[in-house]
Amino acid sequence: MLGQDFRYNAMAQSKSIVLRLSGITKRFGPLVANDAISLTLHEGEVLALLGENGAGKTTLMNILFGHYVADEGSVEAFGRPLPPGSPRAALEAGIGMVHQHFTLADNLSVLDNIAVGTEPLWRFWSDRGAARRRLLDLAERFGLGVRPDALVGELSVGERQRVEILKALYRDARILILDEPTAVLTPQESAGLFDTLRRLTADGLAVVFISHKMNEVFAASDTVAVLRGGRLVATRRTVETDREELAELMVGRALKPPTPALMTAGEPVLELSNVTVASGHSRPLLDAVDLTVRRHQIVGIAGVSGNGQTALADLISGLIHPDSGTLSLKGETVGHADPAAMVRRGVARIPEDRHAAGLVGAMAVWENLIAERYHDPAFQRFGVIRRGAARAHAREVIEAFDVRCPGPDARTQLLSGGNMQKLILGRTLAHGPDLILASQPTRGLDVGAVSYVHGRLLEARAAGAGVLVISEDLDEILALADAIAVIHHGRLTPALPHDRVSVRQLGLLMAGHWDVLPEILNAA
Amino acid sequence: MRLEPRAHAPLAIRLLAPVGAVVAALALCALLVAWTGAPVLRAYGLLVEGALGSRFALTETLTRATPLILTGLAAAVAFRAKLWNIGAEGQLYMGALAAVVLGGELLNLPAWAVLPLALIGGALAGGVTLLGPAVLKVRFGVDEVVTTLLLNFVVLLLVSMLLEGALKDPMGMGWPQSAPVVEAAELPKLVARTRLHFGLLLALALAVILWLIDTRTIWGYENRAVGANPRAAAFAGMPVTRVMLRTALLSGGLAGLAGAAEVCGLKGYLTLDLSPGFGYSGIVVAMLAQLHPLGVVGAAVFIAGIFVGADAMSRAMPVPNYIADVLVATSLLCMLVAGLLARYRLRRS
Repeated sequence: MLGQDFRYNAMAQSKSIVLRLSGITKRFGPLVANDAISLTLHEGEVLALLGENGAGKTTLMNILFGHYVADEGSVEAFGRPLPPGSPRAALEAGIGMVHQHFTLADNLSVLDNIAVGTEPLWRFWSDRGAARRRLLDLAERFGLGVRPDALVGELSVGERQRVEILKALYRDARILILDEPTAVLTPQESAGLFDTLRRLTADGLAVVFISHKMNEVFAASDTVAVLRGGRLVATRRTVETDREELAELMVGRALKPPTPALMTAGEPVLELSNVTVASGHSRPLLDAVDLTVRRHQIVGIAGVSGNGQTALADLISGLIHPDSGTLSLKGETVGHADPAAMVRRGVARIPEDRHAAGLVGAMAVWENLIAERYHDPAFQRFGVIRRGAARAHAREVIEAFDVRCPGPDARTQLLSGGNMQKLILGRTLAHGPDLILASQPTRGLDVGAVSYVHGRLLEARAAGAGVLVISEDLDEILALADAIAVIHHGRLTPALPHDRVSVRQLGLLMAGHWDVLPEILNAA
Repeated sequence: MRLEPRAHAPLAIRLLAPVGAVVAALALCALLVAWTGAPVLRAYGLLVEGALGSRFALTETLTRATPLILTGLAAAVAFRAKLWNIGAEGQLYMGALAAVVLGGELLNLPAWAVLPLALIGGALAGGVTLLGPAVLKVRFGVDEVVTTLLLNFVVLLLVSMLLEGALKDPMGMGWPQSAPVVEAAELPKLVARTRLHFGLLLALALAVILWLIDTRTIWGYENRAVGANPRAAAFAGMPVTRVMLRTALLSGGLAGLAGAAEVCGLKGYLTLDLSPGFGYSGIVVAMLAQLHPLGVVGAAVFIAGIFVGADAMSRAMPVPNYIADVLVATSLLCMLVAGLLARYRLRRS
């Protein structure tokens, strides 16, 4: 309730306008990324910019910060017009931006990262004492604890974000733009960030944060502006709206969450028995892991990022091999499997990073669709690709999986993230897999694409596949999984039935407090 | 001014880019020509005439283009797979060395086998020369730009040593040159009483074959995928290491064949001035062709024409034939800019 009071207070005192966007329009060729968008931001206000991927949020902020030049419209900061196309002018006007991908030098200390660029180039000394005092003062005032002499490369993601925010504050930012700030944070770190935002706005700063997550909007913002297809479709006081309304505004139609039907799990399709993957460091990546996935069953792997999820996914993808223990598919022990062998054995693999590992962006859609089975006689004869057959296959997949693209010959990198993921789904699910490995299947996707991906996974489960979902998004796992196992420091808990474990217990397990396990297992 | 990426580069722009680059290079070099005091238009006129103006000029240009097509293909094939082979010059000499040994009098081979053996041996020698750096790259991450570049000097010194020693022609009057290959090892002439030989047809056929492999076969499919995104290729189950190594064999082999064809088709013996930098010019050819196997043919003929035409021009005017090197180098720089402009659009801010 304290947060709500605070929001009312901030809005009650009608503060002066610090930022005004008027009629911003930006076109990329035939695409209108921003269509006559007008927005105002008040002193002490947190404005959430909500929208699906491709709605134009990032473009708008890039115009504001001078990375892009708007075709029409103007930006006014503190009553003065901002010259377009100049990040320097934006900085000088007091606008600071924290990008989704941090712009810090790993090999420099926190203090150096923050002070770099603020000192004159042609001076042989630098007043590090003063810089340090200023930094510590700012950190103290806004509750942003950092160690000035720590190397940035050694910091956690949450700490790096604090450094980025301090960097903006150090440059006297009065308007802070945060691009998807919680995308990389744990729930606890997100809570800390929202706490910081409150302190900043209490000091009179204004904050714009870009997001496509509903609960953040309610946790942190005073006002929410919803973008869809480049247009500003609505602006609401956060307290006067609700999730359903925002979701509809964002997507343009009502969304129904999928309701998984109850199903009896069948025979096992994947069994890991006592699997260890060493890393060369002191702690193994996977430590004596046991896991079983059965037909008609979705098993979710929950955990904080970097606890062995990638190794587990690579193992089942065939990219790495167990140092000890066995991996069996459909009851058969798999020896030295490579990715091609895994595909042949009926494993559909959805990689964690669809840009880097999933698709070859420079190649055509049809070429990417045959990437896992180009040796198949359906697609080649004597080493010559049957291009007609491959294109026809691509057209079928595009149709069946609702991939929005100009056609089989479109270059893959021109597709949106959601359509790329549909392409990968089409590539793997079209062949009736026995096991689906879905690694972060909806990371970075908008609501519409998320519900599509979830629907497809549930469909595959109904058709008899076993599904292993590895996700750092606990909501996703709770929405899909029949059984949940938690991964921590490379060790995996037994799979816990979804209905027998609480979110609080999962949180404890994710943080490594495995002493709650007996309690859960006994209850189950 | 700022650069914005183009969503789609139309074919017209991709074809116009090299033409524009060449025109820009000619315009820039006109300043140098004018500096010598020679009339620019007449100089360029003589250059074109010297390159294409007569039967002799044309065959000379095509003779010069033959090794350039092969080294251009060598560079294009490797660069497409992101294997930065700067060592085509050394591979060319290794190929020439193998051809001179296999086609020489030392081995007593049946006449019909000599020529194929010399050519295949030359290609193999070139391929194996690049295989070393490729293995080091794949296994240990050693930068192949450094290893292939430095191997050029190793190979040249090796050839130099052999020409002064084991391979030195006893009838060569003390010149550092090898004994000539036997008659059966010579590539037949394509046009009588000119220097143009069957190596040209070989090079043209290889360009077409490589293009077909690239676009139509799973071999080329794997090559393109590995070149564009090795991680995604590995994830999909493609043999990334094998693709790299076979690309190295192919690229080095093409450069080696260029050397073998020069020996068997043109020179007949091996000297240290067999190649006036064909290996390095091959990089320019490949870049001008935007790494397209068929484009390589056009680019190679263009570069060859510049060199041959500049020789003719320098005989008639006080413009040194070094202008050819400057023109080629300027073309490469302009092509890099043109390539950038083809991929991005320039915007006023």
